[in-house]
Amino acid sequence: MKAWLIALSAVVTRENLRFVRQRGRFLAALVRPLVWLIVFAAGFRAALGVSIIPPYQTYITYEVYILPGLCGMIQLFNGMQSSLALVYDQEMGSMRLLLTSPLPRWWLLFSKLLAGVIVSILQVAVFLGIAALTGITVPPVGYVAVLPALVISGLMLGAFGLLISSTVRQLENFAGVMNFVIFPMFFLSSALYPLWKMAESSPLLRDICALNPFTYAVELIRFALYGELDLTALVWVGTCFILFMLAALWGYNPARAMLRSKG
Amino acid sequence: MIGLEVSHVSYSYGKSKALHDVSFSVENGRFCALLGPNGAGKSTLFALLTRLLATGEGKIGVAGFDIAREPRAALARIGVVFQQPTLDLDMSVRRNLRYFAGLHGLSGRPAAVAIEAALTQLGMAERADEQVRALNGGHRRRMEIARALIHGPQILLLDEPTVGLDAASRLAITDHVHQLAESGLSVLWATHLVDEIRPTDQVVVLHRGKVLSDGRAGELAGGQGLAKAFLSMTAEDREIVT
Repeated sequence: MKAWLIALSAVVTRENLRFVRQRGRFLAALVRPLVWLIVFAAGFRAALGVSIIPPYQTYITYEVYILPGLCGMIQLFNGMQSSLALVYDQEMGSMRLLLTSPLPRWWLLFSKLLAGVIVSILQVAVFLGIAALTGITVPPVGYVAVLPALVISGLMLGAFGLLISSTVRQLENFAGVMNFVIFPMFFLSSALYPLWKMAESSPLLRDICALNPFTYAVELIRFALYGELDLTALVWVGTCFILFMLAALWGYNPARAMLRSKG
Repeated sequence: MIGLEVSHVSYSYGKSKALHDVSFSVENGRFCALLGPNGAGKSTLFALLTRLLATGEGKIGVAGFDIAREPRAALARIGVVFQQPTLDLDMSVRRNLRYFAGLHGLSGRPAAVAIEAALTQLGMAERADEQVRALNGGHRRRMEIARALIHGPQILLLDEPTVGLDAASRLAITDHVHQLAESGLSVLWATHLVDEIRPTDQVVVLHRGKVLSDGRAGELAGGQGLAKAFLSMTAEDREIVT
């Protein structure tokens, strides 16, 4: 068991060092949600009224509403970024180094996943700090309660990225993933508008949003930021994590020959 | 004693057969060159030996462990140098090696001692704190060989490790690895360059997924030299470099 933890620690340390070194990535990870929070939310504040819905006790500003969605957005992009890094690692060969370690493959991939989650939580923490400086805050308990929610949602989104990396074999194909995965996932969720608002314009779109796992990741984070637990969201996110992880492990199974290369 | 045993291994990519009934073994303390032109199946065989691919047919034994039944025990006894460099260029040599040691469950003082010993063995100790990006190709390769030795493997697999290196670096690395074999390691060295092979080395000639010959390089060469002997075996391929 000690060897397992040492390997986990090695993978986490490596991923964090890589992240800290890539200042551009860190900056992009922060600028993206901050632009949404400061520019987009300001523009849409008047257009989109938000009524009192749980977990909120009173009328809230639009900035407050989209804060959890933007935390989810950071994790979504980070999950995809990690996935991109995995495809890069496969092309460059460093994935081979990881997979020839004498530890169970599922543990090695889980370590990689957890390392990505920790990086995403660091990003969210800085984002919430900047948001607080601009006056967009949540109850103090929320800053602590959101941690486990971020771990679970990060695992789910990371496992989704892992699954994609097991199917996408070339970096060139990754732009397609961005267009066909990230944007629909983000816009067809409760990140930017509550589902009841979506139902007003299209019940079908509302139903699609209600099937989107990212919606539940956002809701899990939203309730946790107010010290509450959304059990339905937890079950959805937990179930999706297990399914995505199992599918990703299947994708990385040596018998499936994901790393095939003739020679 | 046999370190590596490949027995009746076949592998296909869909309908295309990459390996056909491949069998050979490498004893401890032996340098075995897996000689074959590009496309012979060397990289496929390496992927099977490192369990990046699962064996289709046949059996692979590593230090007595069946890689299909006891993959972890087998992988713990293998050191690998892949054809493609697998280094973090922006990290120091030591940091790269520490990451690898961690993947093999080594940390703290035991890892530091193993890293120091491996770097010293390859003449790289004084470069431990340099960034990998600052190293030349030969030193990077040496570092990868040092990395493959950290966990004390019994088998060392090297997939065309001298590709892209200048003559001096190739010679130095070939000499280092021969010394490692003399110290007791079983070495499997995939190559298509015959000048890396010594007359006393074992040579397995792989061509179009089949083993054409398995024996001492000197015997295989006969009076005509290894390059000519190899070319006559694989007549349609002219990729060999002497």
